[in-house]
Amino acid sequence: MVKYIAKRILQFIPVFLGVTLILFIMQNVVPGDPIKLIAGERKLDPQVELNLRATHGFIETDADGKIIYDENGDTIDTPLWKRYVVYLTNLLQGNLGTSYQRGTEVTAIIAQKYPYTVQLALVAIVIEAIVGIGAGIISAIKRYSFWDILVTLVTSLLVAMPAFWFGMLLQLIFGIWLKDLTGGVIALPISGVAGPISKYPAWTYYILPACTLAAVSTAYTARIMRSQLLDVMNQDYIRTAKAKGLSKGAIIRKHALKNALIPVVTYVGMDFGAMLAGAILTETVFSWPGIGRETYIAITQRDWPIVMGTVTVIVCVVMIINLIVDVSYAFLDPRIRLGSSKNEG
Amino acid sequence: MIYPSPTQNIGMQAKAESTGAAKANAGDSSASRTLWGDAFGRLKKNKLAIIAAVWIIFIILVALTADLWVPQTLGDPTATAANMAESSRLAPSLEHPFGTDTLGRDVLSRVIYGARISLTVGVVATGISTILGLIMGAIAAYYGGIWDTIIMRLADIFLAFPYTLFVVAMIAVIGNGIQNVFIAIGILGWPSIARVFRSAILSVKENDYVDAARAMGASDVRIVARHIFPNSVASIVVYATMNIGGAILTESALSFLGMGVVPPNPSWGTLIQDGQQYLQTEPWLMILPGLAILSTVLAFTLLGDGLRDALDVKMKDA
Repeated sequence: MVKYIAKRILQFIPVFLGVTLILFIMQNVVPGDPIKLIAGERKLDPQVELNLRATHGFIETDADGKIIYDENGDTIDTPLWKRYVVYLTNLLQGNLGTSYQRGTEVTAIIAQKYPYTVQLALVAIVIEAIVGIGAGIISAIKRYSFWDILVTLVTSLLVAMPAFWFGMLLQLIFGIWLKDLTGGVIALPISGVAGPISKYPAWTYYILPACTLAAVSTAYTARIMRSQLLDVMNQDYIRTAKAKGLSKGAIIRKHALKNALIPVVTYVGMDFGAMLAGAILTETVFSWPGIGRETYIAITQRDWPIVMGTVTVIVCVVMIINLIVDVSYAFLDPRIRLGSSKNEG
Repeated sequence: MIYPSPTQNIGMQAKAESTGAAKANAGDSSASRTLWGDAFGRLKKNKLAIIAAVWIIFIILVALTADLWVPQTLGDPTATAANMAESSRLAPSLEHPFGTDTLGRDVLSRVIYGARISLTVGVVATGISTILGLIMGAIAAYYGGIWDTIIMRLADIFLAFPYTLFVVAMIAVIGNGIQNVFIAIGILGWPSIARVFRSAILSVKENDYVDAARAMGASDVRIVARHIFPNSVASIVVYATMNIGGAILTESALSFLGMGVVPPNPSWGTLIQDGQQYLQTEPWLMILPGLAILSTVLAFTLLGDGLRDALDVKMKDA
């Protein structure tokens, strides 16, 4: 087990290097000079511009941060490979650089925004687990009943619709129509988070974005749960339990559910990792101040230090969650031997 | 959210990978019954898949012939109306079944024209990622060793990125516009196809007839093209069909974020984005384009499901 975990962590290294390298290349082929972008319409003072280039590592500086000039009195552009090495070194020291536009440290921005994404993901994963597993079980037990057909229909629709459109429908129904219908008495907030003077209790702000974030994966969870339970119910040991005279409820509770849940738990776990990556679309629709929206805004503003920082952190978090899920899989299912299993990422 | 791959075991049981080997057996059973004829026979019995196929064909026909009849009945989808103030954001009526947008354009005709862009993106982007994935998967599986390691690690790196973020970042680098949407979705989609094709090849490669072909002096390209590809084409067809729906969803997300198709060209995603600001007052502006996406993606999923079941020879014996 320890050997397996160590091997997996070693496998992180090439993926991590690859991800940062791709981001770094993207940053450097993107059109537009980032320093000119900081200035916007204004004309920057040449010395200020040089200092900015120096602080963001575009030109060579000495150990004290003084700009180095060549014999002609020109600045020396830092070669790409060197900037990448500097970036990686800083990264390992926990320094993700400074935002071009805002001048704040990227780590501070992440520390401010990430909690919102984590909170939303936690609420969403609870919804996904409860509703998805519940619907899947009902659907499997009452196969071909009205409920089964309803679950199949709803999951098919959820999987085929754009998540952001589903979010807008929720806003329309629970934020606007419900408000109009009840004369403004009952309604759910449709954007942002609770502030000091907000009309609604703080927890209500989580409901619609969390439902939107959970929608598609809840549908998949229900489908996986259903097919797994049906699969397990066909196994020999279930027939034995039936022959023993156990009731259907007891069979499902004591024998079937445990085994059927293993792949479901794995899926939900992996999905939690994916949610922690931030949800650009959900966060945009609901103006949720999380990491996904922040990264998206940074991309549109060409603020690459933020993009590199957030994506690096996100990728690490996702890899760690996936590792935890894989390891717990082995605990849940003794048939799995981790040493020989192939990592499918 | 994460989308489980269609060939993974998620209630739409993965049978695609076994179809390759199964097809080889089907071929010699009788001359009159080919795999595809057989599969079509089974597909015909699947009502949902047929409805889905009919819907897809209908949308394609509507999109193709839009120039012939849409302008006469519904007004130009891109030009702004002369009396803009009067015709701006009209509620649904007989003349405009889904109302008009801010510039007085008929929403239904814009959705019809949007079908062109959304379907094209779905098909072309899937085409690009499928071809890329096939090449990468073939190299990885056929040559193995260091090639396999490099390509599969590269796939890991691509898959480690949060998908939507990656596409958005890619568009930021190469700029928006429809061609770049093709490229971004196409390039980022190859790893999953490469994995499917790689494992399909690995299972076909074990067959004796591949050894026989090699012994007779067939070249690598010939073996892949004549023996391995035909035996894994079923899984590719299923996978690609389902991917079209995914590509349409991604395009709508990009356009919704303002990073996809550029106005005034209508795509279903841009239409939803346009409608978002009038959610309170004119909700129908975003409802119809969303329904168009929903029905089309659903149709591709159902057709993919149907094809997967129809092409699976094991099912016939059961």
